[in-house]
Amino acid sequence: MRAWLVALALIPSPAFAAALEGEAERQPINWVAIAMFVAFVGLTLWITKAAAARTRTASDFYTAGGGITGFQNGLAMAGDYMSAASFLGISAQIFNDGYDGLIYSTGFLVGWPILLFLMAERLRNLGRFTFADVASYRFAQPPVRSFAAVSTLLVVSFYLIAQMVGAGQLIKLLFGLPYALAVVIVGALMMLYVLFGGMRATTWVQIIKAVLLLGGASFMALMVLAQMGFSLETLFARAVEVKTQAALADGATTSEAAERGRSIMAPGNFIKDPVSAISFGLALMLGTAGLPHILMRFFTVPDAKEARKSVLWATGWIGYFYILTFIIGFGAIVLVGTDTGYLDAQGALRGGGNMAAIHLAHAIGGNAFLGFISAVAFATILAVVAGLTLSAASAVSHDLYATVFKHGQASSVDELRVSRLTTLALGALAVLLGLVFEKQNVAFMVSLAFALAASGNFPVLILSLLWSGCTTRGAAWGGTIGLLTAFILTLLSPAVWTTTFGLGPAPFPYSSAAIFSVPAGFIAIWLISRLDASPRAAVDKAGYPAQRVRAETGIGAFAASDH
Amino acid sequence: MPLVQDAAGNEDIVIAAVAADPRYVALVARRARLGWWLSAVIFCAFVGYLLLIAFDKALLGAPIGAGVTSIGIPVGLGLILLAIALTGLYVAHANRHHDAQMAQILRDHGA
Repeated sequence: MRAWLVALALIPSPAFAAALEGEAERQPINWVAIAMFVAFVGLTLWITKAAAARTRTASDFYTAGGGITGFQNGLAMAGDYMSAASFLGISAQIFNDGYDGLIYSTGFLVGWPILLFLMAERLRNLGRFTFADVASYRFAQPPVRSFAAVSTLLVVSFYLIAQMVGAGQLIKLLFGLPYALAVVIVGALMMLYVLFGGMRATTWVQIIKAVLLLGGASFMALMVLAQMGFSLETLFARAVEVKTQAALADGATTSEAAERGRSIMAPGNFIKDPVSAISFGLALMLGTAGLPHILMRFFTVPDAKEARKSVLWATGWIGYFYILTFIIGFGAIVLVGTDTGYLDAQGALRGGGNMAAIHLAHAIGGNAFLGFISAVAFATILAVVAGLTLSAASAVSHDLYATVFKHGQASSVDELRVSRLTTLALGALAVLLGLVFEKQNVAFMVSLAFALAASGNFPVLILSLLWSGCTTRGAAWGGTIGLLTAFILTLLSPAVWTTTFGLGPAPFPYSSAAIFSVPAGFIAIWLISRLDASPRAAVDKAGYPAQRVRAETGIGAFAASDH
Repeated sequence: MPLVQDAAGNEDIVIAAVAADPRYVALVARRARLGWWLSAVIFCAFVGYLLLIAFDKALLGAPIGAGVTSIGIPVGLGLILLAIALTGLYVAHANRHHDAQMAQILRDHGA
């Protein structure tokens, strides 16, 4: 029955099962966790104070003066990307279904190499503060900037709502704090980091969080492996044995039980039809290369070489993290799934489905380590929302205010003031949305964010960087068509139409829009550019050769302005 | 503040000269080819993995030898390692060859 429910929950929205879903049960207040979290907040606020003294110009605010090294930036990117949802959600999915969790992990990783091979160095050579700098490089500024800003705000908003709701549920669960208080704490801390410390503080929050998360997860995986004599085969064999015994206890026959035990070593219901599979893969792969808060991190390093190194470090850390999560998930089957202390009367995890890794932390290191991992999960959310907010604030102040409204004539002081006002407004909005969406299933929003980034930002960036025929109209309108296609098809898909709004069978049967919306974006940009006979189109095309040389060589690239 | 320019501070002249240099044209083509090839490798590997899951779950679930570990485990973990290895390959190649060649071309044009 339970396995069936899990399978049912996965069918409409495979891409988001790893996000934190459903309402969490409130736990008793965990003082160790709160003490560790207070220590983390104290450290990060101290860093923010130091960073605030050095955040005087727009360049400091957006890019930490461009003085972050490739190694630091790689860790910060990993910190920006490894969310609490992926840590708790993927280990929980492995705890329930075994192998399927690995499919997610690979999907979230394979976009990084593509980002490196096609874009990283060119982005750094052409851009200054936001990815719109690159997308609009040789085009008329207002249309392309407006597209990029709207796209950034959409992607960030959906990502942010999912994070805020997940944060509220998670903190209620781990710390025993009320949902509303948890959301307000996350919103307030994130605002402090971004408002006063800008990119410098955000980067360090992300680096510290990445180190804590990687350290904690390494310890857990090591302890799991130590108990298995450092043999993966033993770990898997014992996990299969646990699942087989559980099936026998459920009243299955011996052969059925053996089959159900073995099923955790094979792909399950996660991918049903090839179209959804490819579509989901495209969204994750190309979406990673279009996420504004990730792209923005390329402008914090001094040059293209460091941008390249950033991606290598980020890919290494994120890949390592997913391997750890895999071991942790199987470790939880063996160590948590057999201990009745972690299970309720029905044999389900106490505290909800996402608690597998948290219970495992307790099984391995007692209350102190449980507190540590809980505090790390909280810190993880803070680092992710701070990065998101910073990129949205930059889109408003740099792309809309300074470039579109002030035609590039805004002073650095004014631009900085607008970023901070936007940060305040976004922080308040994030808290409000977190409260409004408390009882909603927001799992589809992360996938929507990836689909939008893959269908709007990615085609615009690739074609503006690599196709001489791309024009202002093509980029602005073609990108908008890609975005709209992804948005509308997602609304019509089962995850939203059926699961979230309960409107019956979905008009669009696949779980992800990307297989249609990414080509729609590319074709629309190509077609509109080809048909564009405006005088501006001639200017756009004439600007390509010089842009290409700058992108390839770094001539004229904005240098680090760290003082 | 431009990072690189000629003695007179004119970037356009340098850019035109670099663009016309056959060594630059060849280097950029080589680098782009490497980027597209590696992208194609990771793209095909991942899409192939998804198609394998969609069409033949049993194959990935089959045990390796007499043990419990299935074929899908090294395949999935291998994909993660492939992503890291390809990024490493690209960065090593760029550090060892591309950077020095590009620096030489830019120096020759007084950039």
